[in-house]
Amino acid sequence: MENDKNILEVRNLQVNFKTYAGDVKAIRNVSFDLRKGETLAIVGESGSGKSVTTRTIMGLNARNADITSGSILYKDQDLLKKSDKEMEQFRGQDIAEIFQDPMTSLDPTMKIGKQIAEPLMVHKGMKKEKALAQALEMMKLVGITDAENRINDYPHQFSGGMRQRIVIAIALINYPEILIADEPTTALDVTIQAQILNLMKELQDKISTSIIFITHDLGVVAGMADRVAVMYAGKIVEYGTVDEIFYNPKHPYTWGLLSSMPTLDSSGDELPSIPGTPPDLLDPPTGDAFAARNAYALKIDTEQEPPFFKVSDTHYAATWLLHPDAPKVTPPAQIVARQKKYAEMQQALVAKQRPSVPVEEEEEQQ
Amino acid sequence: MAKYLAKRIFYLILTLFIVITLTFFLMKLLPGTPLTNQAKLSKSQIALIYEQYGLNKPVWQQYLLYLAGAVRGNFGTSFQFSDQPVSYLLSSRIGPSLQIGLQAMILGVIVGIVVGAFGAMRQNSWVDTTATVVSILGISIPSFVLAVLLQYYLGLKLGWFPIAEWGGFIYTVLPTLALGATPLAESARFVRTEMVDVLSSDYIELAKAKGLSRTGVIYHHALRNSLIPLITIVGPLAVNIMTGSMVVENIFSIPGIGEQFVKSVLTNDYPTIMGLTIIYSFMLCVVLLFTDILYGIVDPRIRITGKAN
Repeated sequence: MENDKNILEVRNLQVNFKTYAGDVKAIRNVSFDLRKGETLAIVGESGSGKSVTTRTIMGLNARNADITSGSILYKDQDLLKKSDKEMEQFRGQDIAEIFQDPMTSLDPTMKIGKQIAEPLMVHKGMKKEKALAQALEMMKLVGITDAENRINDYPHQFSGGMRQRIVIAIALINYPEILIADEPTTALDVTIQAQILNLMKELQDKISTSIIFITHDLGVVAGMADRVAVMYAGKIVEYGTVDEIFYNPKHPYTWGLLSSMPTLDSSGDELPSIPGTPPDLLDPPTGDAFAARNAYALKIDTEQEPPFFKVSDTHYAATWLLHPDAPKVTPPAQIVARQKKYAEMQQALVAKQRPSVPVEEEEEQQ
Repeated sequence: MAKYLAKRIFYLILTLFIVITLTFFLMKLLPGTPLTNQAKLSKSQIALIYEQYGLNKPVWQQYLLYLAGAVRGNFGTSFQFSDQPVSYLLSSRIGPSLQIGLQAMILGVIVGIVVGAFGAMRQNSWVDTTATVVSILGISIPSFVLAVLLQYYLGLKLGWFPIAEWGGFIYTVLPTLALGATPLAESARFVRTEMVDVLSSDYIELAKAKGLSRTGVIYHHALRNSLIPLITIVGPLAVNIMTGSMVVENIFSIPGIGEQFVKSVLTNDYPTIMGLTIIYSFMLCVVLLFTDILYGIVDPRIRITGKAN
């Protein structure tokens, strides 16, 4: 999938964590692309390896992390082959990150102006006054009111939402090619969440950066992402455009995730949940890691790992249910409703463009 | 700030008053008398001496008289040293004590910070282990034992430093080392623990994500934040040095107030005991005030003079 439009290509990434109990296989053969200017959401529950993936890209994994195979191509360079010293050049310059908790991610003893200006001084060798002037511009851009007077304030003098704006300002000050947002709104009030998400979208247009958006909140994904990758137990199990994942999901895990998300038209009093817990990655199960929790599991799921089956040019899912020989199953009612809605949308779209061609919705093998 | 300082100075005077009161009555409970050859003196001679020094009056009267004098800056006359005023006796002796105490404090804390920081940066390496062993030794070996060891090996065996004299800087080296060991060990331990904590915090992660180098992260972000809790122990460390100096000054024959304190207690030299207690309490109060102000400088979250937002 060599593509000029890809700013980042992650291939066959495997990351283990060495512990006293043995090797924890946190990332098991993950591949994905990030296209220029797009927002890719990586969703999954806690411990599915979302954050480890991004920390590996940043080169900021814990010391016991062991990258056993794979490559991360950025502008024809393999980031995994870079030394620690060389990675410093990329961090904060080409790739920046927004962290989860704005209450703890700012240095409590440094003025925020300097914290925002720091990447400029580090990467561009800028003098402090000049860097601070740019920091001030960035503060205005991320919507910090009265920026001139607040540039010399300390983090504790700001609210959570304002602090996250500061963190965003720090990340964007060097106009990075790639912005990694690791659950940037999880620690914020719901009312502030929307503001921060809007701000990120707005700035993405202005700065034309690509975003990897890590979250476990599918509600946030719908509004933010262009494409979605669903991760489970250290693997990507399904990826596609945001419409494909939301309205035509193929993997039973994605079904579970979507069903357990409350929507305006969800009926009944009980919100479905996925039974059980994720597998122990010290000793991942053979076959499909989701099989034990999967109501639709086939016999082969416990024996052999499913490959990716192609659903459309942009949509792939790793489940045996997509194999031509697999029995036809009916997804949960909520998912059927979603698929119906999607089919209607597609039909409407196609009808608009080329009324004569019928909708192709056949599943085929990769 | 001025208001805050005024308040603190008021508390300082109050503290001194309480210390004076407590010490005065406790001191009077000491066994023995200020007289060296009591057995050879007749009753009338003793009465005469007591009258001369005002020791024949009831204790509460003596206390009030002492307070009245102290307020006017008159701390009495030493019993022991041929009628020297206490203020003169102590002012001529405080210099060496201050010099050694400050040297020990500065050396201990600065080296301690370096040792602790290196230990934290290379966690669980041989550097860290060495730093930990040094800390444990520094904390567990009393300063007077270290003083004797230093005196014997560096002074007597190797002859690098004078053994027990007082003159210039070279004479302060061994006592400074002996007194500085505990502050060094304590601050190393404190800084290491705190820095390990700080290094795993989110803002250090963010600093790394900015592309700062390892040393940049430590210098610009980790160090300052690791030093905040160290300020808390500066007060106790000062106490440690003060008490340590009483013995160490004796060992090295330093003409300081620590040595004087021991002598005055042994000889029931009441005015000198009082004078020294006041000096020690005053110094401790000043150290505590200083650390509180330092807190505000290092940690903006507890700055005393917050300008209104």
